[in-house]
Amino acid sequence: MRRFSWFNATSLTLGFAFLYIPMIILIIFSFNASELVTVWAGFSTRWYGELLGNEAFLDAAWVTLQVAVMSSTIATVLGTMAATVMVRGGRFMGRTLFSGMIYAPLVMPEVITGLSLLLLFIGIGLDRGVLTIVLAHTTFSMCYVSVVVSSRLVSFDRSLEEAALDLGCSPFEAFRLVTLPIIAPAVISGWLLAFTLSLDDLVIASFTAGPSATTLPIKIFSSIRLGVSPEINALSTIMIAIVTVGVLTASIVSKRASVAQQRDEQAAARAT
Amino acid sequence: MAQTEFAPWNDPEAKPLIQFKNVTKRFGAFTAIDDLTQDIYAQEFFALLGPSGCGKTTMMRMLAGFENPTEGQILLSGQNMAEVPPNKRAVNMMFQSYALFPHLSVWDNIAFGLRRARMPKPEIDARVDEMLRLTRLEKFAKRKPHQISGGQRQRVALARSLAKAPKLLLLDEPLGALDAKLRQDTQFELMDIQEKTGTTFVIVTHDQEEAMTVASRVAVMDEGRIVQVATPAEIYEAPNTVYVADFIGDVNIIEGAATPSGDGYDIAWAEGQAPFHAKTQTKLSNGQRCYLAIRPEKIGIATEKPEGADNTVQGKIIDIAYLGNLSTYHVELPGGKMIKAQTANTRRLSRRALTWEDDVWLSWTNTGSVVLDR
Ligand SMILES: Nc1ncnc2c1ncn2[C@@H]1O[C@H](COP(=O)(O)OP(=O)(O)O)[C@@H](O)[C@H]1O
Ligand SMILES: [Mg+2]
Repeated sequence: MRRFSWFNATSLTLGFAFLYIPMIILIIFSFNASELVTVWAGFSTRWYGELLGNEAFLDAAWVTLQVAVMSSTIATVLGTMAATVMVRGGRFMGRTLFSGMIYAPLVMPEVITGLSLLLLFIGIGLDRGVLTIVLAHTTFSMCYVSVVVSSRLVSFDRSLEEAALDLGCSPFEAFRLVTLPIIAPAVISGWLLAFTLSLDDLVIASFTAGPSATTLPIKIFSSIRLGVSPEINALSTIMIAIVTVGVLTASIVSKRASVAQQRDEQAAARAT
Repeated sequence: MAQTEFAPWNDPEAKPLIQFKNVTKRFGAFTAIDDLTQDIYAQEFFALLGPSGCGKTTMMRMLAGFENPTEGQILLSGQNMAEVPPNKRAVNMMFQSYALFPHLSVWDNIAFGLRRARMPKPEIDARVDEMLRLTRLEKFAKRKPHQISGGQRQRVALARSLAKAPKLLLLDEPLGALDAKLRQDTQFELMDIQEKTGTTFVIVTHDQEEAMTVASRVAVMDEGRIVQVATPAEIYEAPNTVYVADFIGDVNIIEGAATPSGDGYDIAWAEGQAPFHAKTQTKLSNGQRCYLAIRPEKIGIATEKPEGADNTVQGKIIDIAYLGNLSTYHVELPGGKMIKAQTANTRRLSRRALTWEDDVWLSWTNTGSVVLDR
């Protein structure tokens, strides 16, 4: 047992305070009865109620949800396929280049991704709306899914797939019946990651959203330019809650999976 | 054992089930299988034996369809298998690593192949239960692979590969994780299954005793080649090279020069010592270097020089290994050559006549040794 140290305790407190006090203040003030954001006038859920009556916010929320579900689902399918090819495809010409290119969007400034997508959509004459945001979000979240899934596939025992083929599966059946169920936790946490990323993206969405469809982050950002309202606080609190749940679920799922994997591997090691 | 001798390899009319025709397999610059030609017949229990890395698993993987020969052909029932994917072959393989599906229960692992074959549900149930009974896993049907022991996992892998009753079953070191008793039981079970179902088995093992127990023929491999293929008895009694003699069981190798004499050769093995005589079919030129291979149990050991023995030599006991039913004596011959002689311990230990440092006489017959030219 390490001894309690004032220095450690202080730095921990300061660090966490720095990270979380702004959010805590926001959450507290979302329950403020007053119209004035900075003056506390008692507890109330009034702003949550008002939020429900605000058509513009509800529309934006609906668009955001649609975009997040669609883009994370497409990104998961594409990202899993890309990861499978990269890990399994064997050595083919330009493999290193391809895998590098899949991961490039991870480090690409969002402004550039957003701008280039905007130019593309204008170039091919695609009207900006839900579809374009979905495409844009799929593009950048796919590489996150691919990273998560391929790190799982690297440690996947190939002989399991061979055993499935040996027992009469076609290659696709082997993937569906053996590989996919085993890597499912990684695929799910990839989906949750993509979902969360899409939910709170502002930059890329502002480039690719049109007048017909606005996402919640864009809506919030544009309305605070007219001054912060307690309604925004309430909305932000809800978003914090959703993102927290998403991230927690993703990390619990992947933690569980890695524990299970370790256990299976230890068991396998004992067998030999 | 068998009423009529099972030896299709001696029958020129018999059609082999598997034919390796000049098969070479390279991984990059490394040659894992080197120009291998071999027939395996239906209902055989064919054992591949050899040190680690000699290409046993590679041969199996080519039969199962996971690797293709770099050169040459593999025929199954006369059909070239090159273009046939693993899921279209009437072959099942038990993997050295078991490769059990971790997300499925023992029951579902065994049923996996049957479901793929679209077998009706009641038949699947009956078949899986039969396999569970056979491998004594009934109690573990609902468990996941990580909830059972290594030996049990090995039996699940075996049951899974047996379930589809394939024409050809490939077993890659199937019994390695079992303890001695269970291993022996399973060996007999395998032979029993083989007799009942008529399945052809190719089994990889590096345990020579296992190969001797179960196999109809044993192939001894070395660096991607088959050195000798023969029945267990033949391979033990008449190995064709020092490598095979040394690999299968314990053996004494005495190097010498051959001189034709009578129906065999006199082999001069040391200055000032009488040569050993051996009867043999092997043809050697006068003075050719050769090797005399003698199994320890074929050498008699006595304190007095035995009368009328074909070959005798005197030596001194350096070491005695007591193995319970047997004792192995390490005897030093004049000139320093060590020879192992083995006797059955029919008497109690305390009444044994021979002990360390005793001068003893070793003896064996003219047919007790094998003359090898390499
Ligand atoms: N996929 C592969 N790539 C490169 N070398 C391989 C591959 N598979 C097997 N080898 C090599 O081929 C040789 C024979 O391997 P294997 O057939 O597994 O031997 P064993 O007789 O122990 O089963 C070994 O030296 C091994 O390193
Ligand atoms: Mg092997």
